[in-house]
Amino acid sequence: MTTLKKALTSVAALALSTAAALAETELTVYTAIEAEDLARYAETFNATHPDIKVNWVRDSTGVITAKLLAERDNPQADVVWGLAATSLLLLKSEGMLEAYAPVGVENLDPKFVDKSDPPAWVGMDAWVASICFNTVEAEKLGITAPTSWQDLTDPQYKGHVIMPNPASSGTGFLDVSSWLQIFGEDEGWAYMDALHENIARYTHSGSAPCKLAASGETVVGVSFAFRGAKSKAAGAPIDIIVPSEGVGWDMEATAIIAGTDDLEAAQKLVDFTVTKEANEMYNVGYAVVAYPGVAKPVEFFPEGLLDAMIDNDFEFAANNRADILKEWQSRYDGKSDAQ
Amino acid sequence: MTAAPDTPDLSTLPPGPKLRPKLSRDDIIMRGSMIIIGLYLVATLVFPLYAMLSKSFSTFTYNLSAYEVQVSDEAGVNFSDPVTFAELDALYGVLDEGDLIAGSDGRLGAAQFFPDFSFRSPVNYRIRNLSPEGRYLIGSDLESSLDWVELDSNTFRRVQLRPEQSFGFGNFQTYFSTPALSNSIKNSVFIATVSTIITVTLAFWFAFALNRSCMRFKGVFRLIAMAPILVPSLLPGIALVYLFGNQGMLKELLFGASIYGPIGIIIGSVFFTFPHAFLIISTALSISDARLYEAATSLRASPWRTFWTVTIPGARYGLVSAAFVVFNLVITDFGLPKVIGGQYNVLAVDIYKQVIGQQNFQMGAVVSVVLVLPAIVAFAIDRFVQSKQVALLSARSVPYEAKPNRKADWVLFGYSCLIGIFIIGMLAVCQFAALVKFWPYDLSFSLNNYDFNRMDGGGWAAYFNSIKMALLTAVIGTAVIFFGAYLVEKSNGFKTGRSIFQMFAMLPMAIPGMVLGLAYIFFFNNPENPLNAIYGTMTILVVCTITHFYTVSHLTASTALQQMDREFESVSSSLKQPTLKLFGRVTVPVCMPAILDISIYMFVNAMTTVSAVVFLYAPATALASIAVLNMDDAGDIAPAAAMGMMIFYTNAVARIIHLIASRGILGRTQAWRQR
Repeated sequence: MTTLKKALTSVAALALSTAAALAETELTVYTAIEAEDLARYAETFNATHPDIKVNWVRDSTGVITAKLLAERDNPQADVVWGLAATSLLLLKSEGMLEAYAPVGVENLDPKFVDKSDPPAWVGMDAWVASICFNTVEAEKLGITAPTSWQDLTDPQYKGHVIMPNPASSGTGFLDVSSWLQIFGEDEGWAYMDALHENIARYTHSGSAPCKLAASGETVVGVSFAFRGAKSKAAGAPIDIIVPSEGVGWDMEATAIIAGTDDLEAAQKLVDFTVTKEANEMYNVGYAVVAYPGVAKPVEFFPEGLLDAMIDNDFEFAANNRADILKEWQSRYDGKSDAQ
Repeated sequence: MTAAPDTPDLSTLPPGPKLRPKLSRDDIIMRGSMIIIGLYLVATLVFPLYAMLSKSFSTFTYNLSAYEVQVSDEAGVNFSDPVTFAELDALYGVLDEGDLIAGSDGRLGAAQFFPDFSFRSPVNYRIRNLSPEGRYLIGSDLESSLDWVELDSNTFRRVQLRPEQSFGFGNFQTYFSTPALSNSIKNSVFIATVSTIITVTLAFWFAFALNRSCMRFKGVFRLIAMAPILVPSLLPGIALVYLFGNQGMLKELLFGASIYGPIGIIIGSVFFTFPHAFLIISTALSISDARLYEAATSLRASPWRTFWTVTIPGARYGLVSAAFVVFNLVITDFGLPKVIGGQYNVLAVDIYKQVIGQQNFQMGAVVSVVLVLPAIVAFAIDRFVQSKQVALLSARSVPYEAKPNRKADWVLFGYSCLIGIFIIGMLAVCQFAALVKFWPYDLSFSLNNYDFNRMDGGGWAAYFNSIKMALLTAVIGTAVIFFGAYLVEKSNGFKTGRSIFQMFAMLPMAIPGMVLGLAYIFFFNNPENPLNAIYGTMTILVVCTITHFYTVSHLTASTALQQMDREFESVSSSLKQPTLKLFGRVTVPVCMPAILDISIYMFVNAMTTVSAVVFLYAPATALASIAVLNMDDAGDIAPAAAMGMMIFYTNAVARIIHLIASRGILGRTQAWRQR
C-alpha cells in the first residue's frame, strides 16, 4: 500500500514537473482581436501545444501598430496574431517581420497570403465594415434607415453619426481607404466633407461607434459587422446595414517579429494559425476565413455582406496611409466645434 | 576617525595646513546617499526629458540626392545616364520645399518625378541608393542596398522613397503651421482659465463656510470635498455622459448643447480640481489673524467692507496659489478631455493622439514641449506665491474664531450642501450606471459590468496590478523621498549639491504626466540604455509614479523636517552617535505624521494615475486606471464606471486604514507632543 502510494505520489510529482517544464516557453503575442476572444484562441492553441504559453498584449489596431513601430529597435513581441494586414505591410516595409512559410500554408486561399516568398505574413479572416443602426432611437427621432454610404450625408442624420478616427482605429482607416477606392480620390474626400457635417464625433476605437449605437448614445455607428452581430446578440435594438456601394474590409493576419528570442515556438504558433482547426475558431466571429470551405454563416450577420466586399488594394492603403491620415487630420480633426 | 596624528615637531612650527572642516564618516555616508538619490532623479527625470527634447528636433526629410535613376528607351533597353531625384525635381519642379518634410513613416512616390510616366509603357527603370542611409520600397519590400535594381514601369509605379532622419526645427514649423494642432493651445488655455475661475470661486466659498462660519457638519463636508481625489480624472467624464449624454438622465438641463466638448471638460475639471483648490484656500483662511477683524470691528467697518479689506487680502496668496495649481492640473490633464472632449482638441490629448494614433513620436514630443511651457510658468508662480504665504503668520497672531451668525451660517450651509450633492451625485451616478444591466434599455440591476475579464483593458488582473503598484510606490517612494529630503535638510556643508538636489526635487511637479511618460519611452526603450531592462515591467511604472509625484511629497517631508531643530544633529555627533542611528531613533518617529501622509498621497495617486503610465504599461502590468480608459474607449462605458468605482472604494478603504494606522502609530510615537 505504501509503495503504491509512493509510486502514485512520484508519478504525480513527475507529471507536475513535466507539465511545469512543458509550459516553460512563453511567447509575447501582440493582437487587436477583441478581448473576449483571446482566451478561446489561447485555449484552442494550448490543446495541441500545452508547452507554449501565450502572453497577450491587446489593444486597438492603431495602438498595437504604434507600439510595434515604437519598439522597432527593441522588439518586445514575438508574434503578431490578429492585426490588420495593412499594419503588417507597414511593419514589413520597416523590415520588422521574419519571413516564414507556415506548414500547410498552401491550403489557404492565396488572397490571404503575402506575395513574397517566403511570405512575411499570413491572413486569418476578413473583417468587414458596416453600419450599426439603432431602430428604437431612430423611431423616436423620426430618422429613416440608410441604405448606402451616400445616404449618410443626408441632413436628417446631422449629429447622429459616430465613426472611428482613422488615425487611431483600424476600422476607421479601412472606412476611409475604402471610400477613397470606391468613390475615387476627389469624390472620396468630397464625400467625407459632406459626411463630416453629420458626424457627432470621432472615436478612437472601431467598436465604440457600434456600442454607442447599441446603447442609444447615437443612432448610426459606422463600425464593423462582427461588432454589430455581437451587440445584437446581447439584445441591443440595432440593425446591421450593408451599404449598397460596397464595404471596405481588411484582413487579420499573423506574422513573426524579426529577432524573436524563440523562433521555434513562434513558428509553431504560426503553423497553428493556418490550420483548419484555427480557421474554424476564427469562423465564430468572422464570416470569411482564409481556409477555403471552412466558413459557415455567422449568427446575426447581414445577408449580402460578403458580396459587398470591395476589391481591396492593401498596398495602396499601407503606402498611402501617412498621406491619407495627414489629409484627413487637416480636414476634420482641426474642425473642432470651438465657439 | 582614528587616524593617528604624526608626532608634532614643536621646535619649528610649520605654517599649518589650511583649515578645512574634516569630513566625518557620517558626512561621507550622507553625501554618498544624497548623490545616489540625486542620480536616481537624474536618471528618471533629467535624462528622459533630455531624450524627449532631442526627439522633438528629430525630423524626417526626403533626401532626393540619395537616389539615382536610369530610364530606358521604348524598347526597354539602352538606359539613359544616371540622374538623381534632386536633379529631376529641379528640372520638372515636382515638389515644394514643404513637401520634403515627412514623418518617420513618410513615403514619396518615385513615379511622380517623371511627368510623362505611364505604368503601361514598355520603358524600364533602374534605381539605386547612392548613400548607405538611402532606403526605398518596392511595394512593401525595403531596399537599402547600393546596387542597381531594374524594374518595369508597372513595378516602378510601386516604388516609394523613404525619408532620412535629420535634426532641425522642422517639426515645430509643421506644428505651428497646422491649425488642427496649434488650435489646441488656444483650447487648452481657454478650458484651463474658465475651469480655474469657476473652481477657485466655488472652493473659496466652501472653504470660507468651513473656516469662518459656525455651521454644522463641517467634518462631513470636509470629507466629501476630498472625495474627488480618490478617483481618476476620467470618472467625472463618465458620470457626465450618464447625466447629460444623449441618453442622459438630466439631458434637458443642457438645452440642446452637447456635453461632449468644452462644457463637459469644464464641469469635470471643476469636480476633480475642487479638493486641491479647497485645501490650499482653506489653509490660507485658517491662518488669518483675529486682531485684524477686531480692528475692523472697532473701526465700524461693514461686514462687506471687512470681507474685501481683511478676508480677501489675507487669503490672497492662497487664492493665487490655488488658481495656478488648478490651471496646471487642468491644462495637463489627459483623462477627462479624452473621455468627454469629443472633437474639442486639447494639448494633452494631442500628445496621445500623435503617439498612439499616428505613431508620430516626434510630433508628440513637440506638443509635449509646448505643453511643458505653461505648466512650468504656472508652477513657478505657484511656488513663488507659496513662499510668500509663510511670512504671513507671525508669532503674535491670534487665531480667528468665527462667531455664530444664524442667517449667514444657514446660507453657507445650503451652499455647502449644493457642493456636496454635486460631488456625491457624480460618484453615485457612476455607481448606479455600473450596476445597470444595459443602459438605457434594460434598467434591471446586475453585476455583469464587473465581469472585467470579458472587456478590453486588462480585466481583474489590472485591478490587482494597480494595488500592487500603489503599495510598492507608497513604500519605496516614501522611503526614498523622505530620506532624500532628510539629506537635503540635515547634512552639513555641500551647499551646491544640496541646492541642485532641491531643484531636481521641484522639477517633477512642473512636468505633465503625458510628457514624463513619453520621455520614458524615448529614454528607457533605447536598446543602448543599460536601464532598458526595466521597460515593460512593474519597475518602470513604480519608478515613473514615484518621480511623477515626487515634489509634493518632498515638500511635505521638508516642512516636517524643518520643524526639527538642527541641534539634534550636533548633539548626536558630540555624543559620538552615528547620524543614521539618530535618523532611525528620533527623526523618523518625530516625523511619522508626515511620513504617513506621504505614503497615503503616493498610494492614492498611484491608484488614479493615467497620464504618465498610459505609454508605459505592458500586458502583464495593465492598471485599473488604464482599464477605465480603455473600456471607455471601446464604448464599454458601464464597465469603465464599474472599474472607476473600484478604484474609489479601494482608495477610500486605504484612507480608512491609513487613519486607523495613524491613530495607532501616532499614539505610540507622538506621545511627546502631549503635555
